[in-house]
Amino acid sequence: MNTTTQTTPKTKYLNPYVGGVLLGLVLIAANFVAGRGLGASGAAKSAVVAAVETVAPDHAQNATFYSEYLESHDGKPLNAWLVYQMLGVIVGAFLSGVLFKRLKFKVEHSPKITSKKRIILAIAGGVLFGFGSQLGRGCTSGSALSGMAVLSFGGFISMAAIFGTGFALAYFFRKNWI
Amino acid sequence: MGPLISYDIISQNSNFLFAFLIGIGFGFVLEASGFSSSRKLAGVFYGYDTVVLKVFFTAAITGMIGLLFLSLFNWINLDLVYIKPTFLYSTIAGGIIMGAGFIIGGFCPGTSFCAASIGKIDAMFFIGGMLVGVLIFAEAFPLLEDFYYAKNLGIPTLSEKLGLKDGVVVLGIIIVAMGMFWAGEWAEKKFPREEY
Repeated sequence: MNTTTQTTPKTKYLNPYVGGVLLGLVLIAANFVAGRGLGASGAAKSAVVAAVETVAPDHAQNATFYSEYLESHDGKPLNAWLVYQMLGVIVGAFLSGVLFKRLKFKVEHSPKITSKKRIILAIAGGVLFGFGSQLGRGCTSGSALSGMAVLSFGGFISMAAIFGTGFALAYFFRKNWI
Repeated sequence: MGPLISYDIISQNSNFLFAFLIGIGFGFVLEASGFSSSRKLAGVFYGYDTVVLKVFFTAAITGMIGLLFLSLFNWINLDLVYIKPTFLYSTIAGGIIMGAGFIIGGFCPGTSFCAASIGKIDAMFFIGGMLVGVLIFAEAFPLLEDFYYAKNLGIPTLSEKLGLKDGVVVLGIIIVAMGMFWAGEWAEKKFPREEY
């Protein structure tokens, strides 16, 4: 590049409705090919089961949560559809980051809070989301979005509970975001 | 014809390859739409950025319409598409905990992976927390098992619950979504913002 600019150009995002249609097409493709929707927390579950099986194999055989999962995956917890899909997600997001020039190591947070506070909140939110996704049998993608696309009653309940709680608690956490 | 895996049109290994390719599309669209930014994601709860609402509901209605038409043309047998069973209490409780995780952590699992892949350090910590959360659930599972399996409704669809045809329900959802898009556009004008 020969041209240089002093100002940082504002980052460009896809039109949200175009993005939504494209995401819908990806979701249709998943159903058409694999007879299932998209997901994310399922891959985290695979990773945890695989880690526990490696570190404490006896425990993994004895505790129901792990043993049932291992049994349904022929003892290979990482050989799961969602694991391959999540590897794709990482590659796809990276490619988009390259294309739109958004690759950068940073802690993104509101100017009103410190990076340290943002990271503590991210960990806390992650713990809650990890726990909740297992209790709710799937997260925003697997339970809410994919469920709604096949008109699953549970998908709508899931969506309403996630977003309803977000709105209900938004006031108490406003300083972290605005 | 579809789902391809159910009719043995593709092998299990090809299915995993497709999973990877579908994942690339999924991750690309999420990142390109701005889902790698926690402040954009959290914006929906304050009205300053409603990209989540727009992308999420546009994707949901696109998916619904697409699957409905594919099934009408007999290109997909929806009876063979996996629908998660609905256990009412755990679905609601899990959703509430996830909602709290969303407003506190600023990501959901899929978006945290997208953000981490473009270098967001907070997202990497979110993923670490998420793995711990799954582990806590796994270890506490014996205590939670009864609640986890309580109030099993089977696999009802919204149309069955409402006693309406699928097409009518989808039309209703499209109308509701249009109303929400309008509200989202209004909120973004009312609560100005900057791109992050």
